[in-house]
Amino acid sequence: MSAPTPDTNAGMPLVHAVNVMKAFDGNQVLKGIDLDVRKGQVICLLGPSGSGKTTFLRCINQLETIDGGRIWVDGDLMGYEDRGGTLHELNNRAIAAQRRDIGMVFQKFNLFPHKTALENIMEAPIQVKGENKAEARERALTLLDRVGLQDKPSAYPAQLSGGQQQRVAIARALAMQPKLMLFDEPTSALDPELVGEVLAVMRELANEGMTMIVVTHEMSFAREVADEVVFMDGGVVVEQGDPKSVINNPQHARTKSFLRRMQSEHHAVEHVPESLRDAVIAETHHLHDIPASNSDPDETE
Amino acid sequence: MSLTPSTDRPGLIEARPVRHPGRWVAIAVIAVLTAMLANLIFTNGAFNWPFVFQAMVQSPVLHGLYIGTLLTTALSMIVGVSGGVLMAVMRLSPNPVLSGVAWTFTWFFRGIPRLVLLTTMGALGVLFKKGLDLGIPFDWKIMELLGMDGTLRFASLNANELFAGLFGAVLGLGLSEAAYMAEIARAGILSVDKGQAEAAQALGMNSGKTMLRIVLPQAMRVIVPPTGNEAIAMVKDTSLLIALPLIDELFFQLSSIGSRTYKVFPSFVAATIWYLLVTSVLMVGQFYLERHFGRGFGQKAPKNKRFARSAGMGGA
Ligand SMILES: Nc1ncnc2c1ncn2[C@@H]1O[C@H](COP(=O)(O)OP(=O)(O)OP(=O)(O)O)[C@@H](O)[C@H]1O
Ligand SMILES: [Mg+2]
Repeated sequence: MSAPTPDTNAGMPLVHAVNVMKAFDGNQVLKGIDLDVRKGQVICLLGPSGSGKTTFLRCINQLETIDGGRIWVDGDLMGYEDRGGTLHELNNRAIAAQRRDIGMVFQKFNLFPHKTALENIMEAPIQVKGENKAEARERALTLLDRVGLQDKPSAYPAQLSGGQQQRVAIARALAMQPKLMLFDEPTSALDPELVGEVLAVMRELANEGMTMIVVTHEMSFAREVADEVVFMDGGVVVEQGDPKSVINNPQHARTKSFLRRMQSEHHAVEHVPESLRDAVIAETHHLHDIPASNSDPDETE
Repeated sequence: MSLTPSTDRPGLIEARPVRHPGRWVAIAVIAVLTAMLANLIFTNGAFNWPFVFQAMVQSPVLHGLYIGTLLTTALSMIVGVSGGVLMAVMRLSPNPVLSGVAWTFTWFFRGIPRLVLLTTMGALGVLFKKGLDLGIPFDWKIMELLGMDGTLRFASLNANELFAGLFGAVLGLGLSEAAYMAEIARAGILSVDKGQAEAAQALGMNSGKTMLRIVLPQAMRVIVPPTGNEAIAMVKDTSLLIALPLIDELFFQLSSIGSRTYKVFPSFVAATIWYLLVTSVLMVGQFYLERHFGRGFGQKAPKNKRFARSAGMGGA
């Protein structure tokens, strides 16, 4: 093992979050999150509703301020400048500059509805980076091509399906040539038949070496694409590691019960009467390779 | 597939439409009322139609229409809309000084009736009896501190003429309008989903650009329809300008023709027709503005060339 080289950008992971804490008027949502993401890694964040996954992502690109801990992205301390041990808040301009290198994809797409697909993608490169229009347009068209929407440059978001909108949103984030992409449940607002097209784009992005933090409930995506899975609950990281071992062989009770619930949600167990629920869950485990217990002899992956 | 009706399957529908006897009664009543009104308008000599049309095109009347009604409305709405949007943005700012200033502004100008505001505005000259000078504030004090004589002023204006003229009219009506527009613009800004500003910020846009390029254009969809009402109200409120007193104004000119010629009623009819014509033109303008800012929102999107082409390509 080579000795770590602390305090230099070269030795630091692309994202280095230490003891991140966040409360919303007294409600402690993040209780000291530690997370390192190396360049080119894909991290999937899993966890039950309300566990703080969205909040953590929003803290990374400063849509929320943090109360405690530190977040570095590519060696830059987010939101503050450390001058001889004293933290000074960054002004809005400096914060905007830090956000430029971090792409974010939202659950509800948040495309600009008054702009066409192409204009959505060109907006930030022109307005933020001051690129010239022709150049930005050229790259926007390439990006549309990359997400499979080369025939929709002048469609307004309202004229696109959810899956198409989300692909435009990914292209829009990529147009800023970010070092890091954050995805907050990018497919959970989509009809089931549209999920695949968005995941395919993300998979390709991961293969091209993009560093990504993905909050998702898509277990197969996590298992196949993630380099590491992080399971959060109640504002802490409960378990993390290799996706196959965490998903197929969870160590903690909370992870186990979450994964079991995930599996049953696939079969809309919430609409099943309480008395039948266990039976349905048991059935589910025969149909899927996610075990209810620690190990499953059939597992051959 | 065949269009020939077969005996066993029902064919084309040829049903008797539902009768609407109520409609026929209403049409009859309205027809009678309309006939009565037409009879009144065309046979009652008090209307004096030849005089009405003559009065409408008198040159002082046309001058009053251009200056007092159209120009003042346009300038006051420009002051009102830009001031109102500025006040709304300030009001929503996290900076307590800015939002306090905006609140106070709205409180002050919304609370004063326009007639009272214009009358007071016309009398503001009394504050600046020696004229209104443009220059560096407290220049006499600065020069005194520097141990020099003289002042730092570039121009001197007659305050009486200033406030009782077009400037006073636009200032008074514009600021009053800004107070109303501030509330309209604030509602518009708040109607835009918070995710829009977040998406812009996540792309690294600063808050000014986020507001100008992302939030305000979407807020316009909510802001434009009530602004059309405001513009129409403004046209009508220019008839208050005599309070300044600004005499280059449509209603004042027509009513003075009325009192000079003892044909008061036809003069008022002439004014009525002018106001209706102007407000009708504004309504057409509002239609096009609403269509412009409806871009990308459902069927309201304009069918411009780019849009038509994409729809063709996408087969949508
Ligand atoms: N702006 C806010 N103000 C107050 N409370 C908030 C705010 N945002 C989030 N919370 C609270 O923080 C907690 C964590 O929310 P968060 O959205 O991060 O969870 P999540 O893990 O993303 O859940 P989900 O899977 O449902 O998206 C929740 O209890 C939520 O109510
Ligand atoms: Mg969430």
